[in-house]
Amino acid sequence: MLDLTLIFYIAAVGLMLIGIAGIVLSAHLVRVIFGIAILEAGANLLLLLATYREGAAAPIMVNGEFPVVMADPVPQALVLTAIVIGVGILALTLSLALRVHRAYGTLDIREIRQHMEQDIAAAAGIEMPTSSEAPLPVYVSEEGGP
Amino acid sequence: MRRFTSALFLAGLAVLVAAVYQQMNLAVTPLAGDAINASAGQQVGAGNIVTAVVLAFRGFDTLLELTILFTAATVGGLVLGKPRADAPRDPDAGFILQAGADLFFPLLLVVGLYIILHGHLTPGGGFQGGVVLAAAFFIPVLARPGTTLNHHAISLIEGLAGASFIFIGLLAMFGGAAFLTPMLDKGELGTLLSAGTLPLLYLAVGLKVGSELAGLLANLAAAEATD
Repeated sequence: MLDLTLIFYIAAVGLMLIGIAGIVLSAHLVRVIFGIAILEAGANLLLLLATYREGAAAPIMVNGEFPVVMADPVPQALVLTAIVIGVGILALTLSLALRVHRAYGTLDIREIRQHMEQDIAAAAGIEMPTSSEAPLPVYVSEEGGP
Repeated sequence: MRRFTSALFLAGLAVLVAAVYQQMNLAVTPLAGDAINASAGQQVGAGNIVTAVVLAFRGFDTLLELTILFTAATVGGLVLGKPRADAPRDPDAGFILQAGADLFFPLLLVVGLYIILHGHLTPGGGFQGGVVLAAAFFIPVLARPGTTLNHHAISLIEGLAGASFIFIGLLAMFGGAAFLTPMLDKGELGTLLSAGTLPLLYLAVGLKVGSELAGLLANLAAAEATD
């Protein structure tokens, strides 16, 4: 039986799955950030649905009277908090990504990782960490080394 | 191959979530929600019970949430840095966006302040209205990228709003109650001047959120392009 509540649950869980997949599988930094945003939307929807009751009205006075059956106000207040914090996270991660792009000229996670390892090795004056089982480098840097 | 692994990963995750879903006890009766719904109207005097929860029952959490937003905005500004004076700027927007920005500025200002001031009566409040206020000040910056927001004024409003939120909370402590306890006359339920200090707190929240977001968006927009 596929009632409306179940559809909303599937939507919430589906949004979370899409967000997690975006975070884990994307190689582009902005897509990872958007994955975080979608994951947040799914989590908020799930939190609201967890206390959904059939026929409950919003806990707000209408025409001077409170509705008879009202939804639980506590998760609504929590989600209000979560949305605001989500905006903060989005702005902060985007500005960090902007900064990374300014420093390395790319937003590809694998390239950024190689650049960072090179920078760390150069700053510490050590060899690049290598392993005989390491996969072949995806990108070759301008100096010719891996 | 990559698509196949992605699909496999998603399917495994879906199975995991479905297993958790089987174990969840859904549609439980709320722990505190019904009690709050029944008593908040008389206890706090707010027509919007979500506002009563946000500002009266867990006002301290809201203060911490404002702190998180403040930290994010501050670190965002810190990370982006100041653009050079001779940095290239985007050209001015077209006629439609410029005229629209001028047209919408007073409208957004009124709507944002209305949503903030009626936060204890209708859906809305400081956070929602604050975002509308931020949009009011940010759209003109989008239309004319040469102009910048007055960051001194923004940080002044932000600091005053945050300080007044804490000050209202401290006033309750001088009266012998706990930090951020609602004070003043509750007034008649459902009128504009009701719910004691809640509208004042929400006004502080709205101004703080609005100035913070406007400053953050202006910082992001003014950030230098790489090339």
